[in-house]
Amino acid sequence: MEKLKVGVVGLGKMGLSHFAMVNAHPDVKTIACDGAGFMVDVLSKNIDTPIYRDYDEMLAKEPLDAVVIATPSRLHAPMVTAALDKGLHVFCEKPFCLDWADSQRLTDAATQKNLVAQVGYHYRYVGAFREMKRLIDAGAIGRITHVLAEAYGPVVLRPKRTTWRTDKAEGGGCLYDYAAHPLNLLNWFFGAPDRVMGSHLGQVFSEGTDDEVFSTLRWNEGPTAQLSVNWSDESHRKMSTKINIIGTNGRLYADRQECQAYLRKPVDGLEGYDEGWTVKYTTELTEDRWFYLRGEEYSGQLDDFICAARDGKAQALENGFASATETDQTMAMIIENAETGTAVGEARTGAPQPAKKRGWFGR
Amino acid sequence: MDKLLFGDNQFFGINHMSEEKARAQAMRFQKTQAIMDVLDVAYDAGINTFMCTTHDRIAEIAKRVKADPVRYVDFQFYPCMPYAHKYANAVTEHGMVGALRDFMPKDGLLATALTGTKALATKEVDGIAKVLIDMEMKMFEGTKAPVVFIQNVFTDLLLGMGFTRALRIFDDHIREKWGAEPAYITMNMPMLLDALEKEGIERPIICSNINKIGFRMSGGFDAYLDALKSGRVRAVAMSVYASGAIPADEAIHWISELPGVESIVFGASSAGNIHGTKALVDKYMGQPA
Repeated sequence: MEKLKVGVVGLGKMGLSHFAMVNAHPDVKTIACDGAGFMVDVLSKNIDTPIYRDYDEMLAKEPLDAVVIATPSRLHAPMVTAALDKGLHVFCEKPFCLDWADSQRLTDAATQKNLVAQVGYHYRYVGAFREMKRLIDAGAIGRITHVLAEAYGPVVLRPKRTTWRTDKAEGGGCLYDYAAHPLNLLNWFFGAPDRVMGSHLGQVFSEGTDDEVFSTLRWNEGPTAQLSVNWSDESHRKMSTKINIIGTNGRLYADRQECQAYLRKPVDGLEGYDEGWTVKYTTELTEDRWFYLRGEEYSGQLDDFICAARDGKAQALENGFASATETDQTMAMIIENAETGTAVGEARTGAPQPAKKRGWFGR
Repeated sequence: MDKLLFGDNQFFGINHMSEEKARAQAMRFQKTQAIMDVLDVAYDAGINTFMCTTHDRIAEIAKRVKADPVRYVDFQFYPCMPYAHKYANAVTEHGMVGALRDFMPKDGLLATALTGTKALATKEVDGIAKVLIDMEMKMFEGTKAPVVFIQNVFTDLLLGMGFTRALRIFDDHIREKWGAEPAYITMNMPMLLDALEKEGIERPIICSNINKIGFRMSGGFDAYLDALKSGRVRAVAMSVYASGAIPADEAIHWISELPGVESIVFGASSAGNIHGTKALVDKYMGQPA
C-alpha cells in the first residue's frame, strides 16, 4: 500500500514529539515544516525528512494526504482553513480556534468534505479517563450531581516570561493551555454546559494572561461542576489532571494513572465492579501502539488519526472538530463570565418541581 | 554489568500506578539522608550499582559516596542523562537558543556561534552536544561510572525524528572522553537496535521494559524476544514486575531464562522488597561474577 503523506507543521514543544511519532509510523511518509531558525537548521542537516520553512510552499509543492498542525494557537484557524481547502485530513493541536465561530466554520467545512478532522485532546486517550467515561455512560454511579475537575502544574513560576504560551492574543494562558483539558473531558462526559457562572481568571505571576482559573458550570439536565486549575504550582512535577464525580450510587475518581470507583450497589452489565471500591490502572486499560514516546495517549490519538485517514474514513474516531468546538465555546463562556461578572447561558428551563403533597403522617 | 541494578524512580516521585503514592514518596525522600538510608540497605545487601538520573539531588549522593571511599569502595553509578526537566524549564524560560547559550562556557566559541545569525555548522552542533554531556557528567567525577545511559524520552525522540547521528556523537564521546560504556534507555527496543546498528554501533547496551506480560514493550513482544535471541543486544530489563502485575518470583524466573538479558534494574524503598528481589535474582540468575 502506498504510504500516507503527512506534513507536520510547527516543531515546538508539542510539534517535535508529534513529528517523532508520525515519522516513526510504518504507514507514513513525513514532511516537516517550521519557520523558526535553530531547530530547523539543526534538523535539516541531520535527518532525511525534508523540512519546509513556508507552509504555503509545502502545501503547493507536496502531494500531501494530511497535516498535523502544532503551531501557536492563533495560527490554527488560517492553517486549518488552507489545509481543508486543499482537501487534506487535519489533526490540529488544542485549543482548536481562539474564536469559536472559526471552529464552527471549520467543523462544517470538514464535514462537507468528508475529511478526518481531529484535535489533540489526548486525555480522551488516557485509559483511566476512558474507563471513567465508560462507567458514566453505563450509569455506574446513578444520577450524577457533583463534579470537581482540576488541573495543576508548574508552567509559570515567576514573573517575566515571554513566549506565545504566556501571550493571551496568541492563545496562551492557563485557560487555553491547561483548563482546556479538564473542560474537554467534562464536555465529553456531559456535553456543552448550559450555564457558566462564578468564573475567575486570575494572575499569579503573569502580566499578560491568566495563571489560575475557577468556574462553576451547570448542565440543566445534568450535574453542576466546579473547575479549579492553576499552572503556577511547583508541587506537581508535571501537569496533573483529576476529576472527582459523585452520584446517587457512588463516586468516581480518575487521573492519568488510575480510575477508582466506589459503588453503593453493583450495576448490571459492569463486570468486575462489585459493591465498594474497584481500582483500575491505566497500564491495564491501555494497549501499546507502534511507538512510545511520552505516553500511550499521544501515540494512540495519532495512530487513530493516521489509520482513519489512510482508510479514507469520513470523520475522526474521537476528538472530532465538533467536540473541540464545544470546548472552545465553553472557554468563551468562561471568559465572558469572568469579564462581565454576569452568568452566561440559559438558566434552568424546567419549572421547579412542586413540593410533594404529604399527609400528616406521610414521609 | 552486575545482575541487579538499583534504580531511582521511587526517590523522585515517579510512580506509574498512583499519583498519591508518588507524592507520598516525594515527601518521604525530600531529605538526601532518606535516599542515602535506602541506598545503604541496597549496598549492604550486595547491590553495588545505582542507576540514576543526573538530577541535582544525585549530585549530593555522589558527594557522600566520594567522601567515604572506604565504606563505598565497590559503589558505582550508572548515570542516565539528561535530566530533562532542567532543560524543559530553561527552554520555557529563555527559548531554545537562549537556554543553550546559557549552558555553554561563557565567551567560548560555541556561545558566540549561538549568538550569531549564521546557521550553525555541523561541527558546532557536535561541540554543543559534547559540552552538554560533560556538564551532566560533572557530578560523577571522582566516582566510578563505567556505564552511561541516555534517558528514554531523549533516545526515543531522536529515534523517532531519525536524528540517530546524535546517538553516535554520544556513543563516541562517552567512550573517548569518559572511558565508559555508552548505553541507551528506550521504550522501543527493536526499532532502536536497528537504528543503532545503522549508525555502526554493535551489540549496544539497551535498557527497556522486558516482562512476561508484554507491558509497554512497544514494537511488540515477539520482536523483543527475537532481538534478545539474536545476540545483537546486551539487554537491561526494567519494569520486570510490570508495575506489580506479575508476582515477583514468577517475573524473575521468567527473565532468568531469556537469552541476552544481562541485568535487571529495579526500584524499591523498603528493606523487605530490596532483600526479596536480591534473593530472587541470586536464586535464578546466580551470583554476579
